[in-house]
Amino acid sequence: MGSKRPARRDFLKSGAALAGGLTLGAAAPALGQTPDHPDHPEMIKGDKDQIAYGDRSRFVTSVRIAHGGRPSPDAFGLVFHVASPLQDSVGMITPSSLHFVGTTRGSYIPQIDPAKHSLLIHGMVDRPLTFSMDDLKRLPSVTRPHFMECAGNRTSPRAKTVQESHGMTSCAEWTGVLLSVLLKECGLKPGASWFVAEGSEEVKGASSMPIAKAMDDCFVAYGMNGEALRPQQGFPLRLMVPGFEGIFHTKYLRRIKVVDRYYLNYNDYGHLDQEPKIAALEYQIGPKSVITFPSGGHQLPGRGFYEISGLAWSGGGAIRKVEVSTDGGRHWNIAEIKGTAYRMAHTRFGHKWNWDGQETELLSRCTDELGQVQPSRAQLAKFWNKPLDPSFSVPGLDNTIQPWRIGSDGSVRNGNA
Amino acid sequence: MGACAMGMLKVLLFVLLMGVCALAQSPTYGVGRTPSAEEIRASDISIGPTGAELPPGRGTAKEGAQVYRRTGCAGCHGATGTGGRAPVLKGTAPSTTKTWDRGRILPIRSPYATTVWDYINRAMPLNREGTLTADEVYALTAFLLYINDVIPEDQVLDAQSLPKVKMPLRSDEFASLPDWKPRTPRLKGYPY
Repeated sequence: MGSKRPARRDFLKSGAALAGGLTLGAAAPALGQTPDHPDHPEMIKGDKDQIAYGDRSRFVTSVRIAHGGRPSPDAFGLVFHVASPLQDSVGMITPSSLHFVGTTRGSYIPQIDPAKHSLLIHGMVDRPLTFSMDDLKRLPSVTRPHFMECAGNRTSPRAKTVQESHGMTSCAEWTGVLLSVLLKECGLKPGASWFVAEGSEEVKGASSMPIAKAMDDCFVAYGMNGEALRPQQGFPLRLMVPGFEGIFHTKYLRRIKVVDRYYLNYNDYGHLDQEPKIAALEYQIGPKSVITFPSGGHQLPGRGFYEISGLAWSGGGAIRKVEVSTDGGRHWNIAEIKGTAYRMAHTRFGHKWNWDGQETELLSRCTDELGQVQPSRAQLAKFWNKPLDPSFSVPGLDNTIQPWRIGSDGSVRNGNA
Repeated sequence: MGACAMGMLKVLLFVLLMGVCALAQSPTYGVGRTPSAEEIRASDISIGPTGAELPPGRGTAKEGAQVYRRTGCAGCHGATGTGGRAPVLKGTAPSTTKTWDRGRILPIRSPYATTVWDYINRAMPLNREGTLTADEVYALTAFLLYINDVIPEDQVLDAQSLPKVKMPLRSDEFASLPDWKPRTPRLKGYPY
């Protein structure tokens, strides 16, 4: 590592400049012109915009990227999938600006005036009701951290970074009204077994879901990380379906219809499967974890101590246990869970590691409150009776263990490559 | 007097219980507005397998071929339903191919004709979604089903006939979704 200790000469120079400025009678040190020195950093002058809504430091450059090789935005300004920079993440919450984005077909973002937006609930209910945004904010609220993950969050040999292999998952604190509260307000009719949720974007994306999920923990969210939802996340209202694949979390939610069967509308068609087992695995997300530091593209400066850090989550509930291996899976160590492991939320874990400078592989695996264990690709290939080669595609959402290969030069590469 | 008091108590208990039952079925907060039947009808574009929500209107494949050209479908999906940038709409696999293996082609893989109608009505044409008339959607649905040999060219599709169309994908050729229960693994017997 190159030392950044300042030379005494620089210090004297900057002091002289400052003194000179003062003797010349300037009102204040020339902002933004002081040399780069730890004791005398450049000063940011307050401006109206920064007071109103703060920015991050210009030295923090972590950004989202288009996912899956499709440009976002494209030449027409359509947004496809956008992945979150997990390699830079800390804690369990994804900042709203860095939360992954998924769209069903490439989409413009609807510019919705919340004063004109409403949610209609109808179908097999005693009393159809329309809720304005103001109505919803009068009702008892819940605030819960939940992850959301896109079904396309699939590791591949081509992925160079954890953003490319796992960036289509994020976790935010969501605030809204339980769907069960709204459905009780409407009164469910006997035989109501499914509901269809519909958004206001151009395709009016619609998904069918079981009413049991609606009554258990779905909620209509208007808040995200302490403020209003972002337009990319469905402003002013989105459906939260904790632990289910991302596509069910209907953005720009405008209508919920209570029905007595699977409706096979728009998103349901795209979600159609031949195999009942695979259909089941494309619904509730399995236990999954990934090491975010060190991960693909990071460079370890040398042997010695590192805290390995990562995220674990499951659609089955809370994470009970995370294990980390620093020797390619020969030994597994119980990782430390940082803070509270919330249900259906990213859970940050850490493991103390002294790197001896030798080549090795880092792995993590998790177990959720239902006892479901994150599998390796080898375990899954065996379970499905398929040959273990790069062509083996994990049925349902890919929740396999991600290996990161540490080179003797401190480089970190995708172990699936 | 004891009997009388008991009787009173029973009546009281009955009234109380009825009150609780009534409470459970009536709104707790009384927030929200009752929409008119017309409002609901206008925004309800979910067409389920029974077709109960289908609006009045009609169309045939011949009319659909004209709509296909006129509304610009051909620009993205190709003049004959293949060869465009957008998803293929006409199957090209030999007729002996299993339906599922013919690919994700809307008029072939949709288990119900209502799914085709719902899809076109909701999401087409690109950037002008929701602008097709009911007649145009019936006609386009008929056209797509006709070019894939699902219905004859002269069949009229309307709210009554469309849900009755026998689609190529049989009900045992696609997965119905499993019952979902809180706090249960995603697939029984699957440890992962």
